[in-house]
Amino acid sequence: MLLQHIRDIKDPEHPYSLEELKVITEDAIEVDDKRSYVRVTFTPTVEHCSMATVIGLCLRIKLMRSLPPRYKVDIRVAPGSHASEASVNKQLNDKERVAAALENPNLVDMVDECLAPSLL
Amino acid sequence: MKNSVDENFELNEVQTLEGHTDRVWSLAWKPAPGIDGVPAVLASCSGDRTVRIWEQSPATGCFQCKAVLEDTHTRTVRSCAWSPSGKFLATSSFDATTAIWEDAGGDFSCVATLEGHENEVKSVSWNASGSLLATCGRDKSVWIWEVLPHNEFECVSVLQGHTQDVKMVQWHPSVNILISCSYDNSIKVWAEDGDSDDWHCVQTLNQSNSGHTSTVWALSFNASGDKMVTCSDDLTIKIWGCDIIRMQSGDGYAPWMHISTLSGYHDRTIFSIHWSREGIICSGAADDAIRFFTESKDDLVDGPSYKLIYKKEKAHEMDINAVQWSSMENNRLASASDDGTIKIWEFISAPGKKMHL
Repeated sequence: MLLQHIRDIKDPEHPYSLEELKVITEDAIEVDDKRSYVRVTFTPTVEHCSMATVIGLCLRIKLMRSLPPRYKVDIRVAPGSHASEASVNKQLNDKERVAAALENPNLVDMVDECLAPSLL
Repeated sequence: MKNSVDENFELNEVQTLEGHTDRVWSLAWKPAPGIDGVPAVLASCSGDRTVRIWEQSPATGCFQCKAVLEDTHTRTVRSCAWSPSGKFLATSSFDATTAIWEDAGGDFSCVATLEGHENEVKSVSWNASGSLLATCGRDKSVWIWEVLPHNEFECVSVLQGHTQDVKMVQWHPSVNILISCSYDNSIKVWAEDGDSDDWHCVQTLNQSNSGHTSTVWALSFNASGDKMVTCSDDLTIKIWGCDIIRMQSGDGYAPWMHISTLSGYHDRTIFSIHWSREGIICSGAADDAIRFFTESKDDLVDGPSYKLIYKKEKAHEMDINAVQWSSMENNRLASASDDGTIKIWEFISAPGKKMHL
């Protein structure tokens, strides 16, 4: 059950988990094991959430660390849940942009802080 | 699992090159020296911040790592390109610099560092004569550098126009025009006004004129330079053509026109595309597969069309970031992957099989 890997990820701005804030729910994750495919749909707390890309990055990193390398992961915001939906989705699924972001130490620190509770 | 579409072809795995400790982003075959007996050389660059030089042993035919270019770039090395003479290798990095390495008989030293981009540099390309270099990056700009004596490089133009991250730049094989492709979904053509160092955008190919509907990751010209192929996150490959005679005559700019769109063949982002000297287009994608396309001679009523002739699923264990046909052997291909490996392949017509006409 993939939900257990991501439910305890801490929201970057509030001291609650993504599940507690209903950013992630059980039906947020679609898995096709045969085709090694996962899609996660998350709902930012507010429409103009500036942390949407950080949350998406946390999800991607956590899944990358938890799943076998053959898995393809798509992350998106729930349709209609964000003012810049297309723009956020595009960034989150551009592998090169994600790779460069993860070389930014400030961003990595932020991500690690969000992931810390979910490692227990 | 049936891989082939057309049973007249075979893709044989010749060797797997291991050594990089992170994903391999890009590959570049050293240009053919034009004399016999010189071994094939391949450069690769990686998220491990190094560039590796692989050389084929004349005795065994195996590729071995001859050099590791390290301690220079401080972040991912994203792209590499040999100068036409083969004497220099340019490497572009997320550290915002482009390094120029001189190959002194297998010993590489960094002889220049090009700075200027505000953040990640994503691609570097030499023009056909080796007199100009182009770079591009996330700062949305394209830079043109002039190659001067004594390993000096001077920026002659900073081109603005793309509204997002520029993924790749490629010089045309015979005319001094530069093409860039971007996260803004467009392809731009840049040319010089006379000989004035006044470079500007002479054409934009986007959704309004049959262009892509998502990030364009790569482009490649055919051998004669009258066609180019582009690949995208929109899951299509597009073929474009121009009036090369008019282009080469210098009689004003000859625009690129859309010829064909290949859709329905890929179900994940296509990261790399390369057109061989023999007219075979090879694609590398995020579904771990390598595909081969060629012009179909079947029906010329509406103009040229293209068909898939071979598909190799699970060519690598993870995304394929680069495919490159060899500069020396027509049927040899290299591929690079997120799995940290490079594979050398041989793409041949299966002997003894009946050719369909």
